[in-house]
Amino acid sequence: MSATLSPTVVGMASPTTDMENLDIRLRADASSRQVAIRAFAFAVIWLLIGSVFGLVASIKLHTPDWLVSNAAMTFGRVRTAHLNAMAYGWASNAMLGVSVWIIPRLVHTELRVPKAAEAGLYFWNVGMVLGIIGILAGYSDGLEWLEMPRYWADPFFVIGGGLVGLSLLSTIAVREVDHLYVSVWYIMAAFIWFPIIFVVGNWPGYSGVESAAVNWFYAHNALGLWLTPVCLAAAYYFIPKILGRPIYSYQLSLLGFWTLGFFYSLNGMHHLIGGPLPTWMITTSIVASALMIIPVVAVGVNQHMTLNKRFAALRYSPTLRFIVFGSVAYSLVSLQGVFMAFREVNRLTHFTHVTVAHAHLGLYSFVTMIMFGSIYYILPRLLGREWISQRLITWHFWSVAIGQIVYLVPLTVAGMVQGVAMADPRTSWEQVVSAMMPGLIGRSIGGTLLTIGHCVFAYHVFLMFRGAKRRQGLPPFHDVAPIVTRRSKATFAAGGLQ
Amino acid sequence: MTRVWLLLMGVLAIAIFATSLLVIVPNTMIGQVRVPKQLAPYTEQEQRGRDVYVSEGCVYCHSQQVRDTLYTSDKQRGWGPRPTVPSDYVYDKPHQLGTMRTGPDLINIGVRQPSDQWHHTHLFNPRSLVTWSIMPAFPYLYTVRDSSSLKVGETFYRVPGGKLPPGKVIVPTAAAEALVAYLKSLKRTYPVPVGDEPAARSIGGRSEHTMP
Repeated sequence: MSATLSPTVVGMASPTTDMENLDIRLRADASSRQVAIRAFAFAVIWLLIGSVFGLVASIKLHTPDWLVSNAAMTFGRVRTAHLNAMAYGWASNAMLGVSVWIIPRLVHTELRVPKAAEAGLYFWNVGMVLGIIGILAGYSDGLEWLEMPRYWADPFFVIGGGLVGLSLLSTIAVREVDHLYVSVWYIMAAFIWFPIIFVVGNWPGYSGVESAAVNWFYAHNALGLWLTPVCLAAAYYFIPKILGRPIYSYQLSLLGFWTLGFFYSLNGMHHLIGGPLPTWMITTSIVASALMIIPVVAVGVNQHMTLNKRFAALRYSPTLRFIVFGSVAYSLVSLQGVFMAFREVNRLTHFTHVTVAHAHLGLYSFVTMIMFGSIYYILPRLLGREWISQRLITWHFWSVAIGQIVYLVPLTVAGMVQGVAMADPRTSWEQVVSAMMPGLIGRSIGGTLLTIGHCVFAYHVFLMFRGAKRRQGLPPFHDVAPIVTRRSKATFAAGGLQ
Repeated sequence: MTRVWLLLMGVLAIAIFATSLLVIVPNTMIGQVRVPKQLAPYTEQEQRGRDVYVSEGCVYCHSQQVRDTLYTSDKQRGWGPRPTVPSDYVYDKPHQLGTMRTGPDLINIGVRQPSDQWHHTHLFNPRSLVTWSIMPAFPYLYTVRDSSSLKVGETFYRVPGGKLPPGKVIVPTAAAEALVAYLKSLKRTYPVPVGDEPAARSIGGRSEHTMP
């Protein structure tokens, strides 16, 4: 693992600073340990639950008479339970864990009011249980991304997220560093944005097209102002951390952060292009979507240049491999999103499975992969033991990497064919449906591979919690030579490293 | 950055700006849409049917909007004679505009399919009428009965396509009756109400819609 790499790649700091930094990190980790461990445990449980819902929903689309006798298992409810379990149960719990762990490390102090953060975590998960039961029982609010019942479940998320945010802000307020690292900006912003957009999105009383505008204001911001910033914060933390070199450009970080907030927050109406809304609203969102190219390129260039000439390190650090996969996916999904917002493209892709594939490129290939990478780094440091099996990590990675390709490629292609077929009024609806079939079946196969990967990962995490002993004496990847720069490769070849 | 308060203010400003532009301003503008004379409010039963539509998640496969006739085929597909406008949705709470068309658009399904028989047999099992359909079956909205057990005046439907054994019929539950009443009420074919023409809604620039 990466910890074993650090002596060879961090050559700048003097031994005393190293010891001081180590002490700061140990104190920071100890302060967030309890909350972060629980957050990751909740996250993995929701990951498994969400995978089952996702797979069932996917199979139902090409086997429509399967599991139809019970209302709770109907496609419209299972699909919704899948989305909510993944976005709010898996990704958000993992993000809560990553946030409470990273912030104390970056501001060189202990996590303040950890009890509040822990209570917040419990609130969040009570809301999850109530929300998923509500959806399956038929009490959906009927707005995409906001289906969990407004009065029974949603208050738990506002209070829960607010309590964790309170703990994080209190920690930042008593920081022992002068400069705030870019990851701190993103996490702090996300925890301020989330309660605001969630309350606005859930505000009762809207009807008709206003309800649609508020719906998509929230739904796109759930990605842009909640999931994305925390995942970018993790990427900004781990890439330089593991490589032992600073981020390429401070100015690009600054540009990327502010433009992300300003443009992403206005993107939502591109989900309603052509719909019965005032033209200026939709146009505003299309323009803001096009401008997203600025933060995306800024972040992409910044992270790529940090990695430049260090790509060999991907072979030795599972964390880096997952995180870099996620970062590349972030650039891809965002650029795809820019094009899909243009009217001429949107008239073909709107209402098709291209959108579903696009959402999974974002929520899986970007968000989920970054969270896997983060947990691979953080969990051993919280539990005080190394990952048990290199083979399980490798299986996890390849199962989900191949699973994503099998999921995304056929679904995107089928969605495009579907879009072109729908646009031509001479194509019968039967032909439109048969055009999407290969994509729907490909999705079930890809989804099965993803689920297998999740089971491998969950089993590994379970072994870690149980305190299973490694069979071999050394941690996974330890025996692989830590060659991370060209020069050190040469040194290594000459026998210069132990 | 070294100043937390600056960061905090910037972050709040972004949230307030976006909320104002996309929620508060439109609310004051489209909140005053006049109710079209030809559009009746949902009856109590239709509204209950709409709630069934929402709780079963129909929106994840069916949209309820007709887009611009110039650059989409929505009109040629027979989904509606004109693009829908904000006032068509005044009684819709929550909105069900939708973002996916795994199945066809439904904003005018009441015009295309006015038959109770069609809706009930289709909901019970879509493949009884449309062999290639991938829509879920909703058997839990019906009770399957022996035709001999029916009382006089009871509503029942036969299911074609061999989806039921001979001598069996379906009797809709109250939820199914309400859902079908809602689906049959979906009609937005009257002319665009005065004051809600697309041109009146656009501020500068090209209008999103063109009058049919």
